[in-house]
Amino acid sequence: MMTQFFQSRLFLLAALVLALIIPWLVYPVLLMKILCFGLFAAAFNLLIGYAGMLSFGHAAFLSTGGYMTGYVMSEYGLTTELGILIGTAASALLGFVFGKLSVKREGIYFAMVTLALAQLVFFLYVQAPFTGGENGLQGIPRGKLFGVVDLSNNMVMYYFVLAVFLAGYWFIHRTIHSPFGHVLKAIRENEPRAISLGYNVRHYKLMVFIISATLSGLAGSTKALVFQLESLTDAHWHMSGEVVLMTLLGGMGTVFGPLVGASVIIGIQNLFSGGELGSYIHIIMGVIFIVCVLLFRNGIVGELNKVLKNNF
Amino acid sequence: MDSFLGINPVALFGQLLVGLINGSFYALLSLGLAIIFGLLRIINFAQGALYMVGAFFAWLGLQHLGINYWLALIVVPVSVGFIGILIERILIRPISNEDHLYGLLLTYGVALVLQGIFTHLFGSSGLPYSIPETLQGGANLGFMYLPTYRAWIIVISLLVCGSTWWVIEKTKLGAYLRAGTENSRILQGFGVNVPLMITLTFGFGVALAGFAGVLAAPIYSVSPDMGANILIVVFAIVVIGGMGSIGGAILTGLLMGIIEGLTKYFYPEASTTVIFLVMVLVLLFKPAGLFGKEL
Repeated sequence: MMTQFFQSRLFLLAALVLALIIPWLVYPVLLMKILCFGLFAAAFNLLIGYAGMLSFGHAAFLSTGGYMTGYVMSEYGLTTELGILIGTAASALLGFVFGKLSVKREGIYFAMVTLALAQLVFFLYVQAPFTGGENGLQGIPRGKLFGVVDLSNNMVMYYFVLAVFLAGYWFIHRTIHSPFGHVLKAIRENEPRAISLGYNVRHYKLMVFIISATLSGLAGSTKALVFQLESLTDAHWHMSGEVVLMTLLGGMGTVFGPLVGASVIIGIQNLFSGGELGSYIHIIMGVIFIVCVLLFRNGIVGELNKVLKNNF
Repeated sequence: MDSFLGINPVALFGQLLVGLINGSFYALLSLGLAIIFGLLRIINFAQGALYMVGAFFAWLGLQHLGINYWLALIVVPVSVGFIGILIERILIRPISNEDHLYGLLLTYGVALVLQGIFTHLFGSSGLPYSIPETLQGGANLGFMYLPTYRAWIIVISLLVCGSTWWVIEKTKLGAYLRAGTENSRILQGFGVNVPLMITLTFGFGVALAGFAGVLAAPIYSVSPDMGANILIVVFAIVVIGGMGSIGGAILTGLLMGIIEGLTKYFYPEASTTVIFLVMVLVLLFKPAGLFGKEL
């Protein structure tokens, strides 16, 4: 069956080989950006695609990871892995707080609560002294991995980011295919039934929310080191919308959808930024949103899977 | 003016007034959201963008078509309502049977497009709109100075909110609407044209946003992102109030405006965050919202 092709070892091996060679062909910073946002979107997809929870506040986790990592790396000159660990842990903590508050509400309310909480975080970061306000944090050192490997070279950094990405994706894969992941799908499909079967639904929702927030923080921490910059853009509600769009376009509930969606959106942004067409970018994003919802709800990977299933 | 317990009454009442005005806008916008949500079960993310469009239409009308403020108060809500009707018919209707989260995503896309178009055309800096002559000036109330236009905003918003509440809760038309909110299929079974009612309801809810936009044009600068910023606050207000009642949406909006105004006086650093913090408290102690039905 062709559908199994995407999960086959051969395909994964080919993808891995491609990932290893590609920085010699394409500008590695662009690739790292795609990997970071691919991980971010995959973390978001864990919520919407597997637990049916639409968060509109994931910018808060991306930016918290970035700010915390950026701050400790700049102030204390830690090794890279410690910096990322601290940023990721901060996002996990924030995810716990957000989750405790938001899983009490469902559906549209959940989306509004997460959006409002993220806006609260945005305003805190506007005022907080450690974020650098409108200027953001600039010149964040990438540090040395385990105190040994210097990451200031973009090629070296690429392979590190690739490793982080793969670890994150592997973790998501394990989560989805664990008994925990199956309970999540049961909740998504029929919540009252899951409750009647004795599952503590809120507890499961909180857990998956924290996992998603943690991985989003990991993506944010890594991204801050890639660009050596963290700014309010990452905390803005536009960012929360962008990750929704990446996942929707790539395919909600598919394994590779978020990465594909992130690649396409970043590709488009890259095409338009800088040029005279820059002011069209939000219009284009909006149109993609509308077209996806109206005609294309399975996303690129979802549609591709359908075509392969029907024709082979 | 004497101060009492270190409180400067002029400044305090000034901030209370600003709070009441913000509250009037919150009330108009959350009322529109609540009406739309009641029948369509979707949250209209474009509500803020259409409020912005209303303000721009007022500005454009004055600049290019000679439509003065008073005319704009009627023409703009009607035209924004018409845009809403088109959005409902062309975009929302086809997905009305899908998960309602898609409605949120769709209207988010609409909001991005509208905001993008106006940013592209007018840039992101604000445009001025002068207060109509009859509403310029103000009155000294002894304890504070009350600008006429600001008093006008509060009075007219309360009037519009109040009459909307009255129509929905006390008239036959409102009874249809409430019946549709409870169970639209049975209502349709009784021979009521529910699809038409949905379209008109969406148009009216959106027209409220356009109306608020015209009111806002003279006191806030007319800019493309004015809608998005206020909308997220309104979302928090919707969570605080709960979608349970029309009156609840209006009251919560006003109340949150006043709380914001008081915060601006007593602890200005928290004025941008206080409504979100109230939302956190409500979620902790009354998750269904102040006026919401228990889950």
